Amino acid sequence: MERIIQISESIDCTTIYEELSHPDSGGICVFIGTVRQQTNNEEVTSLFFESYESMAISEIEKIIDEATQKWALNKVIVKHAVGSKKPTEPVVVVGASSAHRDACFEACRYLIDTLKQKVPIWKKEFFKNKSVWVSAHP
Amino acid sequence: MEILLFGITKNIVGASTFTVPASKKSELGIADVASLKGYLKETFPGLCNISSLAVAVNNQYASDHTSINETDEIALIPPVSGG
Repeated sequence: MERIIQISESIDCTTIYEELSHPDSGGICVFIGTVRQQTNNEEVTSLFFESYESMAISEIEKIIDEATQKWALNKVIVKHAVGSKKPTEPVVVVGASSAHRDACFEACRYLIDTLKQKVPIWKKEFFKNKSVWVSAHP
Repeated sequence: MEILLFGITKNIVGASTFTVPASKKSELGIADVASLKGYLKETFPGLCNISSLAVAVNNQYASDHTSINETDEIALIPPVSGG
């Protein structure tokens, strides 16, 4: 099983198909998370992402290990952006390819949901007059 | 002992790292995650107001009972919000 893990300033969405295509795969499923320009009816000017990179990579490795134990996957990619991102820009990409579609659909959902729960990456939302670290306070 | 800080914890402490003075470490007997968290919350009360505070030791989420040593890489992990 081949995997690509990347934490970087920018995400290139044009390479995803090549990165996930595999002769034994009959399907590729991809989730791309992007910057939404509104949160709770307030206009978001940008998002800022910070990561604890060494631990983030180690946690992503674990999530991919778990996914490959649950589903028969041929390739997996997990990419996350850091730094400042404007509305519509991609900030996270997870994808999987497998012989049949069920496995890659389910794996993709698992990859993004678990990433959001466990991977040490933090998001700060910038509005016109304030900025907040997301989920920091109850 | 140096603690790496991220997200909101960096703002609360006002720096990206914090060094626990050696004298405090021995005086207070800071030898595990629970005692470290107790000391940091007392020193920086703002840490008590966040939704959750985990500690990573050598890039792994650690439990309160995990022991900590001078050579360990230790980080505070406030609520994650990637994706």
